[in-house]
Amino acid sequence: MAEEAERKPVLETVQAEGTDGNCVTFVLHDEDHTLGNSLRYMIMKNPEVEFCGYCITHPSESKINFRIQTRGGIPAVEPFRKGLTDLMDVCHHMLSTFEASVKEYKAQKETEMD
Amino acid sequence: RHVGKMAERGSLEEMRSRVVLGEFGVRHVHTTDFPGSYPGYTDAWDPVTFRQGFHVDVTHMDEGLLEFDLVGIDAAIANAFRRILLAEVPTMAVEKVFVYNNTSIVQDEILAHRLGLIPIQADPRLFEYRSQGDEEGTEIDTLQFQLKIKCSRNPRAAKESSDPNELYINHKVYSRHMTWVPLGNQADLFPDACFRPVHDDILIAQLRPGQEIDVLMHCVKGIGKDHAKFSPVATASYRLLPDITLVQPIEGEAAEKLKKCFSPGVIEIQDIKGKKVARVANARLDTFSREIFRHEELKNMVRLARVRNHYIFSVESTGILPPDVLVSEAIRVLMGKCQRFLDELDSVPTD
Repeated sequence: MAEEAERKPVLETVQAEGTDGNCVTFVLHDEDHTLGNSLRYMIMKNPEVEFCGYCITHPSESKINFRIQTRGGIPAVEPFRKGLTDLMDVCHHMLSTFEASVKEYKAQKETEMD
Repeated sequence: RHVGKMAERGSLEEMRSRVVLGEFGVRHVHTTDFPGSYPGYTDAWDPVTFRQGFHVDVTHMDEGLLEFDLVGIDAAIANAFRRILLAEVPTMAVEKVFVYNNTSIVQDEILAHRLGLIPIQADPRLFEYRSQGDEEGTEIDTLQFQLKIKCSRNPRAAKESSDPNELYINHKVYSRHMTWVPLGNQADLFPDACFRPVHDDILIAQLRPGQEIDVLMHCVKGIGKDHAKFSPVATASYRLLPDITLVQPIEGEAAEKLKKCFSPGVIEIQDIKGKKVARVANARLDTFSREIFRHEELKNMVRLARVRNHYIFSVESTGILPPDVLVSEAIRVLMGKCQRFLDELDSVPTD
């Protein structure tokens, strides 16, 4: 029990009374525009999302309020999860494309030097 | 009506894909291609479309500088990489300085500050972060350096000489005087590694005879968010690809004038049937000084714009890690962030 009290929160959710999971505010700790804006873009690309936005509560605190409202009765956690997975896929693809491109450039330089 | 629709389609494409630089402002800055914004366009996230439209071109690479193009992603993600390169890719830097003797005129804290800013040639991926509350440091998270130097008078100097280089020995303290002191089993773990500052010739302090500096330094792993000394890039920046279109053909004197308004190499004058005709040769070279808007007769003949999803990145490393490794690490940091929240989402159902 003491361990749980010492552990810093990573993700919290805030939900208004009476709404059934369609509109949720996620509080992401230790994050800023880096993840906030890129995640917002990925989630906005989801047609099931009616509203998606984030804000930094106070510049002295490093946490963001990330709000998702869904269109058709889908729980808000789903687009959140999908957005994170999509962003991971984008990063994977970028990494492999970038490394291939660097390799190609290096190989081209080698042949030019010879 | 048909012509009107074509013009509409053209301006719609412009709104979706270009950032237009007008005389008094910039238009269409924000990304608007989200589902539902435009009738007739789906704009939903499609990995297949993304992969087809995305590509990376490396234009220049050497040990210090990498320039590459990222085509087909949005500003949010490109900016995320820029921010991560500046502030969240870890490096090793001097954090604690144990001052045994400092009789120089540089104060202890100023000396410690300067030592912290020296880039250290040590691959941060070989080390761990120091655990919270640990004051001593272990061999897995700390690198130890020693700087011990004493200035003395040169007995062999000429009598009337006034050149300090002749009169004194060791009067300039350089970063090459920092020596690595292996901790614990580091000597066995890294037999070939040579941990030293990236540059040998960083002037740390100046001494006169009798002054001495004897300090022990502990390097730890950190990120730029904590202190700028941990930032692995000299700078990382991007710009959008310029797109210059001549709305009307420009000839003769006006063509020459047009050429002077842009950076060299952007506008090319061709000789067609005796007349000088201007043509956009390489818009990429332009730095958008907006000189064209100072000329009444030319400002409406050119459209200055930028392609919204084409980023020309420039990453300059401080020398700790090669710049292409830095970009790979930055992408991994973003993946790590996403994974952290995915894991948190998956672990919550235990409540």
